[in-house]
Amino acid sequence: MNLNRDAAIMPRWLAGIILQIAMILLVFATAFAQKKSSCIECHARLDDPRLSAPAKLFDNDIHHARGLSCNDCHGGDPNADAKEAAKDPRKGYLGRPKTLDIPAYCGKCHSDANLMKRFNPSLRVDQEREYYTSVHGKLLKSGETRVATCISCHSVHGIRAITDPLSSVYPSNVAETCSKCHASADYMRGFGIPSDQFDKYKTSVHAKALYDKQDLSAPTCNDCHGNHGATPPGIASVANVCGQCHARQAELFQTSPHKAAFDQKQLGECITCHSNHAISRPGDQMIGTNNGSLCINCHKAEDKGFVAAGRMRSRIDELIASIDKSTAILNTAERAGMEVSRPKFELKDATDALTHARVLIHSSSTDEVEKVIGPGLQVSAKGYEAGLAALAERRFRREGLAISLIFILFLAGLVYLKIRQIEGRQATED
Amino acid sequence: MGNTAWDKTTKNRDYPAPQPNSRRRFLDYLLGTSALATLGAIIYPIFRFMSPPQVIESAENSVVAAKLSEIPVNSGKIFKFGNKPGILVRSATGDFKAFSAVCTHLECIVQYRADTKQIWCACHNGQYNLSGKNIGGPPPRPLEEFQVNPRGDDVVVTRS
Amino acid sequence: MNAKQKTEALTAWLDERLSISTLAGMVSKKEVPLHRHSIWYYFGGMTLFLFTVQVVTGILLLLYYRPSAENAFESVQFIVTEVKFGWLIRSIHSWSANLMIATLFIHMFSVFFLRAYYPPREITWISGVLLLFLVICFGFSGYLLPWNKLAFFATKVGTEIAGVVPIVGRPMLRFLRGGDDVTGATLTRFFGFHVAVLPATATVLIAVHVLLVQLHGMSVPPGLAGQPVKKMKFVPNFLLRDLIGWILAIGVLAALAALFPWELGEKADAFAPAPAGIKPEWYFLFMFQTLKYLPPKIGRFDGEVIGIMAFNFIALLLFVVPFVDRPPQDKRKTLIFNLIGIAALLFIVVLTIVGYVT
Repeated sequence: MNLNRDAAIMPRWLAGIILQIAMILLVFATAFAQKKSSCIECHARLDDPRLSAPAKLFDNDIHHARGLSCNDCHGGDPNADAKEAAKDPRKGYLGRPKTLDIPAYCGKCHSDANLMKRFNPSLRVDQEREYYTSVHGKLLKSGETRVATCISCHSVHGIRAITDPLSSVYPSNVAETCSKCHASADYMRGFGIPSDQFDKYKTSVHAKALYDKQDLSAPTCNDCHGNHGATPPGIASVANVCGQCHARQAELFQTSPHKAAFDQKQLGECITCHSNHAISRPGDQMIGTNNGSLCINCHKAEDKGFVAAGRMRSRIDELIASIDKSTAILNTAERAGMEVSRPKFELKDATDALTHARVLIHSSSTDEVEKVIGPGLQVSAKGYEAGLAALAERRFRREGLAISLIFILFLAGLVYLKIRQIEGRQATED
Repeated sequence: MGNTAWDKTTKNRDYPAPQPNSRRRFLDYLLGTSALATLGAIIYPIFRFMSPPQVIESAENSVVAAKLSEIPVNSGKIFKFGNKPGILVRSATGDFKAFSAVCTHLECIVQYRADTKQIWCACHNGQYNLSGKNIGGPPPRPLEEFQVNPRGDDVVVTRS
Repeated sequence: MNAKQKTEALTAWLDERLSISTLAGMVSKKEVPLHRHSIWYYFGGMTLFLFTVQVVTGILLLLYYRPSAENAFESVQFIVTEVKFGWLIRSIHSWSANLMIATLFIHMFSVFFLRAYYPPREITWISGVLLLFLVICFGFSGYLLPWNKLAFFATKVGTEIAGVVPIVGRPMLRFLRGGDDVTGATLTRFFGFHVAVLPATATVLIAVHVLLVQLHGMSVPPGLAGQPVKKMKFVPNFLLRDLIGWILAIGVLAALAALFPWELGEKADAFAPAPAGIKPEWYFLFMFQTLKYLPPKIGRFDGEVIGIMAFNFIALLLFVVPFVDRPPQDKRKTLIFNLIGIAALLFIVVLTIVGYVT
């Protein structure tokens, strides 16, 4: 090794090694380096949880995942370490927005189609506009700050994608998010609406489908009220809203005499009978003319509707009774050992007819209902016949068995006599 | 005959006197007819068993869903496929498609809508296209598709 | 010619061609010893009779049964609901299978205790043991054929157990199942065994077994050897008594079919979980129950494997019985073998009962 060869500060080989190490370190440094954010660095160290929370929550935020940081919303200089320099209004620092300004704050980006295209071209960009058509938006515009804004539902600093099950606006979490305000009687004081919607909703079939059966297609608050444009549907448009899924019932209702009557009387379509939040599984007791039916709330004895309600209910009851009778006899036959799986399967058509009839009552037309009850009763009757036939066959088999056994025992007895006869002969023959 | 141990012991047994010919013949006659009757009672069910029943075939891996003449263009028909319902659709362009008619949401029976030219479930407004794919509403999965083969006037649907 | 003359002429004609008189001569000489234990002589014939019932009802079922996973269950349902007297034929087939296995066990144990395997009847015994295994295979293969949930899982468990045997287990499992899992391929293959392979083998073995019995005559228990024993002619005396038994057996089968029809169950579904409390048929139950009681590990080996190998070993031991126990009998050997037999019988009975009750 000739240290003096290049008359340099260090031998070439040493320089080479140092350079290699430096390059490796640089690569690692850049690999691990986040965009420097003095905001996060500083706020994470603060004691006051209200100030440190944003920094801590931000790791889970979808904006963070997309490469955005504090300054993309709040402005300021993330490279400056000193508080004044970082929060310099000349560097665009906006600070914490006032409640009234929140929609515009978020809308800075979310209403800008050109900007949003860069991140997710299929996202809507009209949320802010829609918001101002909602009850929340209208109240906010009038100066009321105790209403929901973007961050009330989506949270802030830890905003998750809506497809993330932990998101506050994931279908199974929406109702809880809305209830943060709407379920508190204290908070809702002065707004003139009840605060028991969530409690009522939790008893409904929709809640059971959503929470117990994990059916994400089941409706929650936003499916009927909208999300950004949240408004309870108008009385005359309830059927349209429910009809998104219950299309058949809505269709029948719209063409029934009830539509005009309800609209005229200012009665909520669908909800007058089924309620809005506490929608329970409908039962046959709701229709008809007995105590406990809903029809008699409006219809008086012997008016056209009263008669129709009575007729529809009695026909449905007839079909139910027929199906029960047929099911019972088929079960008896099955327990007795007969093979009746086919008739039992075919009886399902009668139950289908019953379901169909229960839908058709929304037409308020006895003729429509009759169109399915008739065939349903026929199917049920066939099932009953099959049950009778199975039991008759069973009787036939047992009678056949009794007769055959008599013959068999008789024959065995004769053979025995023959044996005695032969052996008697053998004994004496000699 | 006569000197075996059997004979020696049986001679000492208390047997009834040999029966008169007529009684013996009566027993033989009774025995014969009884045996024949029992044999008949065994052969009769066997023969009935072997003769083909009214309904000829059993399982449905393949079924005639409809007659060509009874299913117009742009219409659908529900048919029984084994233990479950199926739907046969003749599209507006004349092609045949067949699927399981059990909706993948809550198992209602779907139907074909000639106006939307799609398969529709009346229970909660679920929609499927003519490839069976769930394209609208609550249904989470497509409908199971079957093979369709028109044979003469019969439209035969087979489980693939 | 009157009827009698006509019959005689026919007999003479046949005799000239088929030598039936020699056969008739042999049969007429066959005698059955009469003693305290003669009742057990009926059980061999009863097993053969029930086997015949199986063959006849089996052939009838073949007219309608379809051996594929898609069709098997429906075809049995069809037989039981649409075919005239199909319910009767099918239930008789299922019940007779069980009765046959029961009489087979009684026959085997009675032969054991009465030492009917003593020379020169060793090969008769061996053919009998082979028939025992064959009939068990009949039962196992036939059980799957309706392709219902119970049968599907019983087959799964049963072939799994076969697969546990070291070295040959895995190839045997694949051979039995027609693959790695129980599928339609298993059904087709079991059907082939059940209606072709096993019947052919059984025919040969039964022929050998029955011919040997005719050749050597009915054995007399060793305790009575040398003493003068009453003898009964086989034709017509014993045969008529046999006939009474068979006629009554027909009655029992008819009653069972009408009063306790064999269940159809639900169609097998490969993806559904096993139903709770699954048990094999009663003739496998004692082995199944024993395996349940074995500890998970015995020394270095799986308890289950030890259990299965033990049963296989005992099965093989059955073959050597006539070579280990030979005359002359001494009191000690008699006692030991009787105790072994009683122990085996008790073991089977008690564990079967336990298997049902728990």
